[in-house]
Amino acid sequence: MPAVTETIETVQSVTESGYKWGFETDIEMEFAPKGLNEEIVRFISAKKNEPEWLLEWRLRAFAAWKAMEEPRWAAVKYPPIDYQDSYYYAAPKQKKAPKSLDEVDPELLRTYEKLGIPLREQAILAGVEGAGETPAEGRMPVAVDAVFDSVSVATTFKDRLEKEGIVFCSISEAVQTHPELVRKYLGTVVPQGDNFFAALNSAVFTDGSFVYIPKGVRCPMELSTYFRINAKSTGQFERTLIVADEGSYVSYLEGCTAPMRDENQLHAAVVELVAMDDATIKYSTVQNWYPGDAEGRGGIYNFVTKRGACRGARSKISWTQVETGSAITWKYPSCILQGEDSVGEFYSVAITNNYQQADTGTKMFHIGPRTKSTIVSKGISAGHGQNTYRGLVRIGAKAHGARNFTQCDSLLIGDLCGAHTVPYIENRCLSAKVEHEATTSRIAEDQLFYCRQRGLTEEEAVGLIVNGFCREVLKELPMEFAVEAQKLLQISLEGSVG
Amino acid sequence: MLKIEGLTAEVEGKQILKGIDLEVPTGEVHAIMGPNGSGKSTLSYVLSGREGYEVTGGTATFNGQDILAMEPEERAAAGLFLAFQYPVELPGVGNATFLRTALNAQRKARGESELDAMQFLKLARERMKALAMPEDMLKRGVNVGFSGGEKKRNEILQMALLKPSLAILDETDSGLDIDALKIVADGVNAMRGPGFSALVITHYQRLLDYIVPDRVHVLMGGRIVKSGGPDLAKELEAQGYAAVQAAA
Repeated sequence: MPAVTETIETVQSVTESGYKWGFETDIEMEFAPKGLNEEIVRFISAKKNEPEWLLEWRLRAFAAWKAMEEPRWAAVKYPPIDYQDSYYYAAPKQKKAPKSLDEVDPELLRTYEKLGIPLREQAILAGVEGAGETPAEGRMPVAVDAVFDSVSVATTFKDRLEKEGIVFCSISEAVQTHPELVRKYLGTVVPQGDNFFAALNSAVFTDGSFVYIPKGVRCPMELSTYFRINAKSTGQFERTLIVADEGSYVSYLEGCTAPMRDENQLHAAVVELVAMDDATIKYSTVQNWYPGDAEGRGGIYNFVTKRGACRGARSKISWTQVETGSAITWKYPSCILQGEDSVGEFYSVAITNNYQQADTGTKMFHIGPRTKSTIVSKGISAGHGQNTYRGLVRIGAKAHGARNFTQCDSLLIGDLCGAHTVPYIENRCLSAKVEHEATTSRIAEDQLFYCRQRGLTEEEAVGLIVNGFCREVLKELPMEFAVEAQKLLQISLEGSVG
Repeated sequence: MLKIEGLTAEVEGKQILKGIDLEVPTGEVHAIMGPNGSGKSTLSYVLSGREGYEVTGGTATFNGQDILAMEPEERAAAGLFLAFQYPVELPGVGNATFLRTALNAQRKARGESELDAMQFLKLARERMKALAMPEDMLKRGVNVGFSGGEKKRNEILQMALLKPSLAILDETDSGLDIDALKIVADGVNAMRGPGFSALVITHYQRLLDYIVPDRVHVLMGGRIVKSGGPDLAKELEAQGYAAVQAAA
């Protein structure tokens, strides 16, 4: 089905609330007691049967966290979070780890089916690439790791990936099966004490994905993790670690949704990427956590630390994010460009509608010579939404010939929303070149009328114009995700005009 | 048939249309001529439903339907097409995407099946060939970076694809060189037939050498002051609007 047609149909089919992923799965859960203390950290570690070094690592993080203050510099407002009033461990009850999908609770499988996430490999193998300029109905195979509340419930295509020497599994499993790899890289990009939320995550992270691509291997399919918060009063703290060894390539996708609830739920994830010589990691996110209702009640607090290290020469890390959900987004996927000629990219679309707030951007640390970075940020504000781009480009003294190009565009819909751009540039190298461009615009009345005169409804017109505004970013997404992202953009802006 | 009776309308509190009476029978092409500020563009916006153009009296029906009560997109689905005097740019929106979305929105509103990407491309290529337009126009952003002539040709392409039953061309000839003018005129003439009517709004006689109208109306001061056959346009060209008004 053509993307735009599908977009339109999706919009017509959405419920009154507009958020169709807001259902709750009724499933027997196992919880740790509410609250956060050393006992809970030990409980989580024991539950996961972790080695002593990892428990020690968590406890150091917890000690660091206790001494830290919640950051207040972001342009977001929210009431104080009571960290003792949340569950830090919630898992679907299972006698033991499932060996195959047949052992997974059918209720869980149905949940992912409802979300459109294929966990049955045969169902997605038949996909064919679409002809023409837009994707057709067929699906390319995508390997999925599904994380439900605190634990990973299934990972698909593992056997096929293993043949290439690729490790793709939940991080809990990797701790058991590849402890040497996890120990070597965990916390080397985002240390335990990096910031308040990263420290919290390091102490209590429960699951997430682990990827290792061996030397010279090009990963034959997209890897994907799908995060689902289901349980009430639960924080989600997943940790993702991706290591691309010399000359390897991987494209990784991340998606997320949560039920609609009146309370706010905390999501504090950490993602670490490591790229060695000539390796490329492409990391794409379509973030669709529950954004809260039209009056700003409920929604996810998305306080996430994502960072990639281009350790090797000519390595490349590319972040693409489409942020449509969450009540508050606090997120700065960054690149440490150590290797000479390494490349960092950040492509972002952030939408805030109703009372959503987003403070998002990136940091590019140019350390090695001739390192290059590109930043393209598209912020869309509607309703009472507040949208801030916050970015740092730091060029070190030895980054001779480094280059950065930054483009920040803001689009305003209505007159109650806000767009803010806060770019920091620090340059210690004379031969470096840094460029920054920024624009702010509105959807003009004549654009809307032009579209409507051709037969589009006002909302279809807004969707089309917004998709056009975001085109430079959307084209960076893998095709499968691009279609989903287009739909989301339109749904997220429902009711923003008229 | 388009039937307008006693139509009055204001913009920002100022009355612009002061009682328009006009009938365009199905299958006919009528020209509306008039000096600057006579209400030509206002008439086209009122008929297509643009915000800010407030109808204060009178009626307008198309094939018996009260079009003034309809949303702009409903009027489009009912077959009304406006070729804009100043086509609007939509950055980042591909021309093909825009055209297919519009076409399918109208087809859907009429209860017809939608075209998939392949069917659409086939249709678009056919129409473009007939209009001697380069195919890369489909790939470019809607009107972005188009020259004045390209924008107007793009309007005609849209008309050819959407196949309206009533087209309003708002000074489509302004800013066109003679070659572009011919292409635009060919596009309109190709649509002519029993199921198609058009209102061609223009300052000058020039366009009417290529699109020969069935009737010509002179709009001045918000009213139709004179109507006649194609010769009226030539008379206007020779004598000017003032003389025509004095005689009327």
